[in-house]
Amino acid sequence: MTAIALDSHEHDHPSGIRRWLTTTNHKDIGTLYLCFSFAMFLFAGALAMLVRTELFEPGLQFFQPNLFNQLTTMHGLIMIFGAIMPAFVGFANWQIPLMIGAPDMAFPRLNNWSFWLLPMAALLLLGSFLVPGGAVAGGWTMYPPLYIQGGIGYDMTIFAIHIMGLSSIIGSINIITTILNLRAPGMIMMKIPMFVWTWLITAYLLVAVMPVLASAVTMLLTDRHFGTHFFNAAGGGDPVMFQHIFWFFGHPEVYIMILPAFGILSTIIPTFSRKPLFGYHSMVYATASIAILSFVVWAHHMFTVGMPAAGQLFFMYTTMLIAVPTGVKVFNWIATMWQGAISFETPMLFSVAVICLFTIGGFSGLVLAVVPVDIQLQDTYYVVAHFHYVLFSGAAMSIMAGVYYWLPKWTGHMYNETLGQWHFWLTAIAFNITFFPMHFTGLAGMPRRVPDYALQFAEFNMISSIGAFVLGASQLLFLYIVVKCIRGGMPAGEKPWDGADTLEWTLPSPVPYHTFETAPVIR
Amino acid sequence: MKKLPPQAVILSLLTGQAQAALNFNLQSPVTPIAHQIYNLHTLILLVCLLIFFVVFGFMFYALFKHRKSTGHQASHFHQNFRLEVIWTLIPFLILIGIAIPTTKTVLAMKNVEHSDMNIKVTGHQWMWEYEYLGEGVRYVSNLGTPRDQIDNKVVKGAHYLLEVDRPLVVPTGKKVRILLTSADVIHSWWLPQFGVKQDAIPGFIHEAWFQVEKPGTYRGQCAELCGVGHGFMPIVVEALPPEQYDDWLKTQKISLAETSSTSSKTYTLAELTMHGEKVYLSRCAACHQANGQGIAGMFPPLIDGAPFSAGAGVTTPLAERGFWKDGKVVLGSKERHLDILMNGITGTAMQPMAAQLSDFDIAAVVSYERNSWGNKTGDTIQPAEVAALRKGVAK
Repeated sequence: MTAIALDSHEHDHPSGIRRWLTTTNHKDIGTLYLCFSFAMFLFAGALAMLVRTELFEPGLQFFQPNLFNQLTTMHGLIMIFGAIMPAFVGFANWQIPLMIGAPDMAFPRLNNWSFWLLPMAALLLLGSFLVPGGAVAGGWTMYPPLYIQGGIGYDMTIFAIHIMGLSSIIGSINIITTILNLRAPGMIMMKIPMFVWTWLITAYLLVAVMPVLASAVTMLLTDRHFGTHFFNAAGGGDPVMFQHIFWFFGHPEVYIMILPAFGILSTIIPTFSRKPLFGYHSMVYATASIAILSFVVWAHHMFTVGMPAAGQLFFMYTTMLIAVPTGVKVFNWIATMWQGAISFETPMLFSVAVICLFTIGGFSGLVLAVVPVDIQLQDTYYVVAHFHYVLFSGAAMSIMAGVYYWLPKWTGHMYNETLGQWHFWLTAIAFNITFFPMHFTGLAGMPRRVPDYALQFAEFNMISSIGAFVLGASQLLFLYIVVKCIRGGMPAGEKPWDGADTLEWTLPSPVPYHTFETAPVIR
Repeated sequence: MKKLPPQAVILSLLTGQAQAALNFNLQSPVTPIAHQIYNLHTLILLVCLLIFFVVFGFMFYALFKHRKSTGHQASHFHQNFRLEVIWTLIPFLILIGIAIPTTKTVLAMKNVEHSDMNIKVTGHQWMWEYEYLGEGVRYVSNLGTPRDQIDNKVVKGAHYLLEVDRPLVVPTGKKVRILLTSADVIHSWWLPQFGVKQDAIPGFIHEAWFQVEKPGTYRGQCAELCGVGHGFMPIVVEALPPEQYDDWLKTQKISLAETSSTSSKTYTLAELTMHGEKVYLSRCAACHQANGQGIAGMFPPLIDGAPFSAGAGVTTPLAERGFWKDGKVVLGSKERHLDILMNGITGTAMQPMAAQLSDFDIAAVVSYERNSWGNKTGDTIQPAEVAALRKGVAK
């Protein structure tokens, strides 16, 4: 009887919207994640355009401070929880089963649910713009007591974060189980591709810290409505305790957004260097050490709250220590390219740029780790420059690299290489025009999260705004390239990249709906 | 501010004409700590640049020489134990080299002992309050930039957004300890040229110190997002030679005695609303807006009959005081009005203003609010009434 039921299930392929609502196929769900994240990326990017429009010149021209603060806050929240994180989960869904020779994810129905939670959360988050008082305006870090002052939009954001956290936790458990249990025979842990390793470690980080964030925002909720005083000194609480809890989540969160990016780079660079990844073992150990260290550095986000010298020094030393494993990664990538036979297709161009630009973000991170210098630069545009160098040119550009790299496999068509290279150069150049000057405005003393600024910052802000508009417009080109590639193009063949050596390239392109029903054997 | 087309900006950058106006680095330090910070930053920047050029020198060499298009054949090595140990250890040693001088500066910054004077700094939404401990001098420092400059109606001044009505005045050469706290949300007192940035946290007092080397006017801003006025609460410190500072302190004490005598005078409604408008625009308009309309869902309008809905946390205390009914703002009694202004509403952004404003300010601003934007009560409140209420508070 079971066999009969399974058979009929095989042939039951709902089409249209029902296919996407009910799908348990890892490829469909991966596609859903990627489309969702791209929509959020464009929306949050549009918010950034509005921010840069207001900051084009000194004075208030377009938005009053209340709306301006909503724009910056929602830009941050949506980019992190709506764009970057779901994009990596999309890659995980598509690639992990293909790279380890598994037929699907371990829990296909949970997988469906973990995706469909996200649009609900997005609805709450975006809907908060329309309620009285507007969306959250207290910064994505949600510090009380400011957060306590807001309207109902703040509660909607708290629930949105709960839902997104739930989605992340379910997704992560699924990923961990898949990697640990569904590997093809012969694929021992020290043989799994680097991308899968980085996601395994990331998934553990997510399971560890998303509940911490959930508890922090729940305490905000009860402080707002149920008379508790977790973060109110007048009732025996402490506003700084929120910051400790938040950043205990927040710093691992930073690595949640960068480790899978490292995994993508470690896949693309060997392919286009036509040479195996240098130092696979040390790469695994470096990723694990970064993840472990990420739990003991959180208070470097809080050097100005007035902690004792011993606290400042401890968190400074641990933060500096992270430079060591991160450096190992960069050295390994360069050693991979060394003596290779390098070619520069779009994924490789993005990857090389990420190494360069991410390293700039790493260096500014080192500058910020040094407590006395951080005291000057905390909450200035220097910090804005720093985290955009790691999050845009680190995470977002790695995602773009990954999309160009795997798009032929997913769609069966090659993307347009000329347009891809145009997209790369526009993005890389506009990104630097936007964010490099922010190092200078920050050093010179411009605080972040201000709708208006003193006259000496005018020139650099105008340059940043011009760069931002070009950067924003370039992403529409990306959308065009991807849609064009999905609709048609040169057939990609089984293995369009001659240097690639992971399992997905042994399958036809586009990948069949069901793959590896019989597990491949790894020698 | 005159409009520059973008091409002109880029051109002026290229030709170097704008060099004098553009700041690429930290502001020039004027305290021993700020000097140390400046030098530390330079040191780390140079170390980073050096590593960057060496490491990416290798990468770009490979990108040019080991290209497939030049016919380079890929070799197949993929590990080298000795190399990997070396490039783990070298960064470690460089970091220790940076950590040593940094640790010294951190300990110096945290050493607040043996201060010559103490000033308590309180952050408010959105102004700073300074209290010279033991001197009896206390005042509030507000943004000095007129609203019309922010709204682009008039030309912006040289110190746009970095000017205040009353700066903090300190003597040069003395170790000044500041004690920071906040009355509402978290603020951060930041003066770049002093190398001081310390969060002001409600319910807690934190310390910082500075010793200014030369007289001058120094400007900074609040550095922690604190609501809609965050960009509009600058910090200005005037450092005077010690003798001049002593004179200044004396005049402060005299003028303090004078203001307390204005309480006995009687004013006309016109006089009251004229002064009241000034107080309102500098202290109340950030939330309740210059036109008295407030901000929907957050800050109530002050106009009789204006619709307003918000969370129960805001509307319930208003209703209890007779200022809100059935989704509309009601203009309650003047006694309650004075009560809200002087004592604030606990748990909301409305803070007690009794300690920050003089009797005349309070009388004037309440008179103004009750006779503006369509409110026509005709109430005139005299400073003496406020003074009487204060005595009641003291009881």
